[in-house]
Amino acid sequence: MPEITMPKLSDTMTEGTLLRWCKQKGDPIEIGDLLAEVETDKATMEMEAFEEGILSELFVEEGAKVPVGSPIAFILGKNETLTERSPSTSPLTPPPSSTSNSLTPQAITPGSSRQAVPSNTTISSIRIKVSPLARKIAAERGLRLETVAGKGTGPGGRIIAADVIHAPLTPIPTSTGTASSSSILPTPISGNPHTEIPLTNMRQIIAQRLLASKTDIPHFYLSIEIDAAPMVAFRKEFNATGNKITFNDIVLLAVARAAIEKPKINAAFGTTSIFQYESVNLSVAIAVEEGLVTPVIRDAHLKSLPEISAAVKDLATRAREKKLKPEEFSGGTITVSNLGAYGINQFCAIINPPQAAILAVGAIVKKPVVDAQDQIVIGQRLSITLSGDHRVVDGAVAAEYLAALRLLLESPSRLLTV
Amino acid sequence: MPLITYRKALNEAFSEELTRDDSVFLMGEEVAEYNGAYKVTEGLWERFGSKRVIDTPISEAAFLGLGVGAAMMGLRPVVELMFWSFAYVGFDQIINNAGCVRYMSGGLINVPMVIRGPANGGTSVGATHSHTPENLIANTPGLKVVCPATPYDAKGLMIASIRDNDTVCFMENTLLYGNTGEVPEGSYTIPLGVADIKRLGTDISFIAYGRAVLTALEAAEILQAEHGISAEVIDLRSIRPLDEETLLTSVAKTHRVLLIDENKPFCGVSAQIAAMIAEKAFDELDAPILRVTALDAPAIYSMPLEKLQLPTPERIISKALTLF
Repeated sequence: MPEITMPKLSDTMTEGTLLRWCKQKGDPIEIGDLLAEVETDKATMEMEAFEEGILSELFVEEGAKVPVGSPIAFILGKNETLTERSPSTSPLTPPPSSTSNSLTPQAITPGSSRQAVPSNTTISSIRIKVSPLARKIAAERGLRLETVAGKGTGPGGRIIAADVIHAPLTPIPTSTGTASSSSILPTPISGNPHTEIPLTNMRQIIAQRLLASKTDIPHFYLSIEIDAAPMVAFRKEFNATGNKITFNDIVLLAVARAAIEKPKINAAFGTTSIFQYESVNLSVAIAVEEGLVTPVIRDAHLKSLPEISAAVKDLATRAREKKLKPEEFSGGTITVSNLGAYGINQFCAIINPPQAAILAVGAIVKKPVVDAQDQIVIGQRLSITLSGDHRVVDGAVAAEYLAALRLLLESPSRLLTV
Repeated sequence: MPLITYRKALNEAFSEELTRDDSVFLMGEEVAEYNGAYKVTEGLWERFGSKRVIDTPISEAAFLGLGVGAAMMGLRPVVELMFWSFAYVGFDQIINNAGCVRYMSGGLINVPMVIRGPANGGTSVGATHSHTPENLIANTPGLKVVCPATPYDAKGLMIASIRDNDTVCFMENTLLYGNTGEVPEGSYTIPLGVADIKRLGTDISFIAYGRAVLTALEAAEILQAEHGISAEVIDLRSIRPLDEETLLTSVAKTHRVLLIDENKPFCGVSAQIAAMIAEKAFDELDAPILRVTALDAPAIYSMPLEKLQLPTPERIISKALTLF
């Protein structure tokens, strides 16, 4: 049965003060009972029981400071016998942060547990001694310096060029307690011959950037379903005059215009500040033979529908011919990925770092919908899912952005004004 | 090619230029009848006479000023300072006049003068005779500074300096005067502002000038033999103009830099070069830029101590090893 340990209740918490026991030794414990009050560096929290049984041992006195992970009490199961127990682990060994599962902290001070505090304990924030040349080579190779931290062979352990030139590119997770990536690497499977396809540069970059994105960026997802009937009608009418715009062109311009209306989405997370951009440089995900590229339409919000259409066509053509220039990939502020043409109705995309949001656009599908007169009719629907960086935008901000986007897409003639 | 001394190489340069150009003349304390305090001008008074090789009183401010005036009027004076340490009484002439006239006259008046003499420590002649003012002079836009390390460079650089239309401060070294090296007969020039790679290497760049080049070469051989480290030795030859390109190319090859300098460290020539490299080649550096300079104190009179005050192969090697 569970040993109760001092939980880690905040990023920076290394120890907690056990203010008060709410139960005494020998008390029966029901799930949800308050066990104790703990003071952290930020707030006073209540500890709640997630197991029932008898509180058989209290290892610490009230007022004692206890390192995170040290045992503080023991709950004996109802059918177990009471025997003398002592703390089984070294009080100085903190457990993996996800294991304080028998208790859940509840903030007494409102909002205190979500204070943003600069963490000075993660690997990535430790100052790594590295020579300028080694830093440059690492950047060129896409090598994360954390992967060679502590392995420097220069004076004083400095990482020098020789340490990074041949270092393996396998990135490591930045948070502790996550499985090492080496454990998810494939090994040959007997009876199942395989072909090894060498990683292209593009594949390596995709792997590194998306792993970094999913590892470092706290993603959240919001989906909306748009009434696409006005878009369908609008496009038909617009193209009747000789234009050849696609639904995607309409979505792209609407995404850019909405980002001007709600600029908090058009931003990026910096170490000490959030960068909020004035122009929308729209990254467009384009599938190419060996992977995926995201070239940028600069000042997309200033363009007309035919201009957007021409820009996308040009980028897509040159992307497939590998004729895009490096600067055409840089400076994007928000990304659109559209898999509608592949018959995907709805999906979630991984943020294109360092941007704060990506929009995953599905196919326009006919489906039964309930109309204003509560009749079930055939409607046309388009699903769009926003993935947001929660460090930059919160749910409500992203929802406001999606509302602005919906308004534009459901009244697409608004896009005709500049 | 004849093997001659550094002293003789300079003497040949004067002889060539006195012969070639009537506007060239030598001037200084005991340069004529006594053949020069360090015999650099030996035989020239006899050969060219008192109008071309002129003894002066002990009055640096006066004859430096005389040189500036003569140069402004179109002559090409070569003014010897018995020691560059004595230039300090004539600094107004060097800095304010020789260094600034071209600028102050809107480019109308050049001062094609060479001011030359030994500028070195290491000979137990005391603090006031052992100054190395190359950094002080090079700090003045308008003045050029040359510090040859070998007989070959001394002759070629001297001829180029005499022909230069601006004032060149030519800093020699009493400890080098007796060194011999291969020097072509006749006239040749080495352009100012072109460094020379005295030894090719791959692992670290030693950047030096003057006598420190020889110390660096000695250290490089030991480093190769005992530690397997291949040092490239670059001789600046002229400090201003400075051949940045050769330095940066070497840094981009070796990624490590050790500056070796008999100048004092504080605001010294090596400090300037270190700053330049940090600015222009930061991303090429695999280790910090380090220096071995004269120890930061007045020149020590005690001979054994003064030897330690200046860069030695041992100091260079131990400093270089900290970069690997």
